[in-house]
Amino acid sequence: MLPRFWRKIKYRYDLVGTYCENCGNYYYPPRNLCPTCRRRSDVKEVQLRGKGTVVSYTIIHDAPEEFKRQKPYVVALIKLDEGPIVTSQLICDPNEVKIGMRVKKAFRKYGEDGESGIIYYGTKFVPDES
Amino acid sequence: MRRVAIIGVGQSNFGELWDQSFRDIVLTAGIEALEDAGLEGKEIEAMFVGNMSGGRYLAQEHIAALIADYSGLSELHIPSTRVEAADASGGLALRQAYMAVASGMHDIVIAAGAEKVTDVGAELALDILSSGADREWEGFVGATLPALYAMIARLHMEKFGTKPEDLAMVSVKNHKNGALNPKAQSRREITLEMALNSPYVAEPLRLFDCAPISDGAAVVVLASEEVARKLTDTPVFISACCQASDYLALHSRKDMLTMNAVVHAARQAYKQAGIEPKDIDVAEVHDSFTIAEILAYEDLGFAKKGEGAKLIREGVTNLDGDIPVNPSGGLKACGHAVGATGIRQAVEITLQLRGDAGKRQVDAERGLALNIGGTGATAVVTIFSR
Repeated sequence: MLPRFWRKIKYRYDLVGTYCENCGNYYYPPRNLCPTCRRRSDVKEVQLRGKGTVVSYTIIHDAPEEFKRQKPYVVALIKLDEGPIVTSQLICDPNEVKIGMRVKKAFRKYGEDGESGIIYYGTKFVPDES
Repeated sequence: MRRVAIIGVGQSNFGELWDQSFRDIVLTAGIEALEDAGLEGKEIEAMFVGNMSGGRYLAQEHIAALIADYSGLSELHIPSTRVEAADASGGLALRQAYMAVASGMHDIVIAAGAEKVTDVGAELALDILSSGADREWEGFVGATLPALYAMIARLHMEKFGTKPEDLAMVSVKNHKNGALNPKAQSRREITLEMALNSPYVAEPLRLFDCAPISDGAAVVVLASEEVARKLTDTPVFISACCQASDYLALHSRKDMLTMNAVVHAARQAYKQAGIEPKDIDVAEVHDSFTIAEILAYEDLGFAKKGEGAKLIREGVTNLDGDIPVNPSGGLKACGHAVGATGIRQAVEITLQLRGDAGKRQVDAERGLALNIGGTGATAVVTIFSR
């Protein structure tokens, strides 16, 4: 799993997505081929601002082994201001999360691969009170 | 293209089959199907097998050859092919077998589906099923398959006013039907209160909104019309078998409340069969989660988008309603044996159209089956007729 995670570090740690110069669409997770333009794609990497709105969410009670210590935790679909929707954990009181809530990115730990293994970091979201 | 008929069906019990191996359950379903078709075995020309994850559930690959072998067909050396599309694997196997006969390549072909999930623990079983969604961008953040369907349910509630009670009613209906199916995993009726008070899995979905992950196998025997007419008086014809794909991850879809793979496959299937949604008399749909059955009503054209819950409220999809849906008990009560489900649905529709469905029999000439992979990145819609 190690190389599989390392390959994605740039995109996971700081919301680096892609942008198609041919049609103007933003993608996160990043795509090398734009599904609107296909072979006419002109895809460049782009730093997304990391602000967005909650489209839907769930509070997870029945968690996989590696997330058990965090339960219940919130996973949300977040529409970034640039357009793409991301699936991410949302760090907040589960009673406070609402559809339409403004959120911003935060660098957080996602998990670890046993005691001596790699620690997985990535982007989560927190309420944006600004 | 030649007309294709189902001439035999078989199914193992679905459930937690601790005392039976993968090979045992496949054989149970296979022998039943051959007996039903009145075949000895040597007539079979090819086999397609739907299996999602032999590799992770059993640490066994090469499933298609294994099944041909333990079905006693090794000396016949027929081509045996495994196909995979998460929990739509069975639907794919049916479609591959259908194409093999329709094209004229083969006259008699087996479509099988099988999964053995209880050799690993329940948590790992769910993790494996969740790999039908996007591991790198959904699974990584802890979004399980129930979590993804929960977000669809939440959005459906927000946008269309669907209620937790509507979802619970889907579960109550399917359990009521499952109680009449001797091969179902759950043969107990449940009440609305039980469903609404069951623990949350991923809010707003509760335990009774989620189908179990089950062991099970199912087999259908397909034949060309000419061969079928010689072998049986009750062929059930496949009028269309269409497959479509969509973005793997839910977040990539422009409309997360429409499964476009279902819409596309259904549209194509209705066109090929020359019918409309209202001509369907009975359906088996992929209720891996109760919200998925509501979406299926809408995406198959039984109800307008956003009005799926009306069908369950008004009893339209009950066993005695206008379009009975999931008379078998569906994935919720009959059980969800992952790669076997798509074939299991074809078995049920065949029994219904032949009049062999026992206590859960409905009056039907045309049936439909909808098998979905993951959160809808693959859909297979099959239309059957007497």
